[in-house]
Amino acid sequence: MGKTFSEKVFSSKAGRDVSAGEIVTLEPDYILTHDNTAAILKKLPEIGAARLKYPERAVVVLDHVTPAADSTHAANHKSIRAFVAEQGINNFYDVGRGVCHQIMVEEHYAYPGKLILGSDSHTTTAGAVGAFAAGIGRTEAAGIWVTGELWLRCPETMRISLSGKLRSYASAKDLALTLIGRIGADGAIYRAVEFSCENDDQFSVSDRMVLCNLAAEMGAKNGYFAPDETVAEYLGETGSDFSHLRSDADAHYIEELAFNLAEIEPVVAAPHAVDNVHPAVELAGKRIDQALLGTCTNGRIEDLRTAAIVLEGRTVSSHVRLLVFPASAKVYRQALDEGIVRTLLDAGAVWMNPGCGPCLGAHEGALAPGEACISTANRNFKGRMGHPDSEIYLASPATVAASAIAGEIAPPEEYF
Amino acid sequence: MGRVFKYGDDVNTDVLFPGKHTYTVSDPLEMAQHALEDLDPAFAKEVKPGDIIVAGSNFGCGSSREQAVLALKYAGVTAVIAESFARIYYRNCINSGLPALALPEAVSALNDGDEAEADLAAGVVKTSKGDFSFAPLPPEVQAILDAGGLIEYLRKRFAR
Repeated sequence: MGKTFSEKVFSSKAGRDVSAGEIVTLEPDYILTHDNTAAILKKLPEIGAARLKYPERAVVVLDHVTPAADSTHAANHKSIRAFVAEQGINNFYDVGRGVCHQIMVEEHYAYPGKLILGSDSHTTTAGAVGAFAAGIGRTEAAGIWVTGELWLRCPETMRISLSGKLRSYASAKDLALTLIGRIGADGAIYRAVEFSCENDDQFSVSDRMVLCNLAAEMGAKNGYFAPDETVAEYLGETGSDFSHLRSDADAHYIEELAFNLAEIEPVVAAPHAVDNVHPAVELAGKRIDQALLGTCTNGRIEDLRTAAIVLEGRTVSSHVRLLVFPASAKVYRQALDEGIVRTLLDAGAVWMNPGCGPCLGAHEGALAPGEACISTANRNFKGRMGHPDSEIYLASPATVAASAIAGEIAPPEEYF
Repeated sequence: MGRVFKYGDDVNTDVLFPGKHTYTVSDPLEMAQHALEDLDPAFAKEVKPGDIIVAGSNFGCGSSREQAVLALKYAGVTAVIAESFARIYYRNCINSGLPALALPEAVSALNDGDEAEADLAAGVVKTSKGDFSFAPLPPEVQAILDAGGLIEYLRKRFAR
């Protein structure tokens, strides 16, 4: 029987034939940590180890509470800066460089066939370019630092086949939320999710990052698109052939689902679960207090361009705070060059620094009791963005921008 | 035997341990006081050492934060029994030395307030509603749990 992408990567790393279900000890190519590096580095003395085995495999990005919201966070950041200097970790990205998952792809750590582990659940994002990328816990990250390896179970694979073409006003985010609504927050638990499309070129690397990011919200271990010409071009390696990484035609899939992209409508995930998905039109009229555009899910230039189409020459509702968090400094600069910064500023948006922003409720736009936020982020759990009596609605950049103008949830069709 | 606290499906890491505390609260006693605060504010006040959490599917979905495991452990919880676990949470349980048992039959049998205890060596959960046995863990995983968690497991490796 043929092998899936995941079985191929595991077999290649293990140096022997590995099939789904087997537990193997592997050496990841990169281990990603963020602000939680401050907690992870404290585990080294507990373990009794002083040095990282492979400092060149560590990638450290400060993004979660940046710039520091208070002196506790500031002290954490300070301890991380001292640690990366002492350990000789050169792959360090300080405040303002970007969200860690964006950096992994943008700086090409994520690469076809690489094994990437990170102490963050949305590490799956790197599957967009054909890496095997999965989230792990903090203690495990410390373990990889000092041993270079970790036990992993090779996942069974679930294939999601996509046909047709998305409408102009529907996006990869609407597709991802629709999928989660259909299969549930545990619909892909422990599994690899393979996205395959008859015409792959309609999905940019940015779109693929949205889908692989949200694979985590299906319970998946990893999500990926087989690396193709789009990925080769993104990496500046036009003509490179990654077809050896594709799942074999006779590979075993534990489940196969098919979706017609032409049927995807703008949708919204209502509080307090990502799989509580409804057509945007059904939730239209729900008053919002804050709109959030950005994060590792939807803070790329493509997302900002979409928001600019909607917001050009229009004004954000007087009772709404539209906060914009570009996913990286690179994205921010490009938005500046393309005039998007001015367009959104003129519409009444507040430009924030590249980073995670209020997604995890620590700073930069937390919610008061009774407030509602429509957000391009990936989680709407109770209390996540501030007070437990606040509400988070998840949607695409187009729907968030349209809702910011309306002051209430609004489908984006009329702008496209 | 300990008391059973029973919850539903998709108990997520934000209700297990809120994100707003993840970088500021690290004292075990204080972490225990925030356990499950946004889902069941009474839990932290009522839980006693030896108690057990029983829940539905996808327990621990969401963030990779280990505090979502440690808060329960520090609160005295000795095992979590669920229909299924979110994968990172499951790994974090093993690595923190908190047994996580996927036992759908036990979940359907047990109610809030029942009594239960897990005997890992015997591979059985004894409860006021009968006994439920479970398959042994893979040796790589059992070794970490046996050591009391990944830190202890690695400490032995580095002490050699």
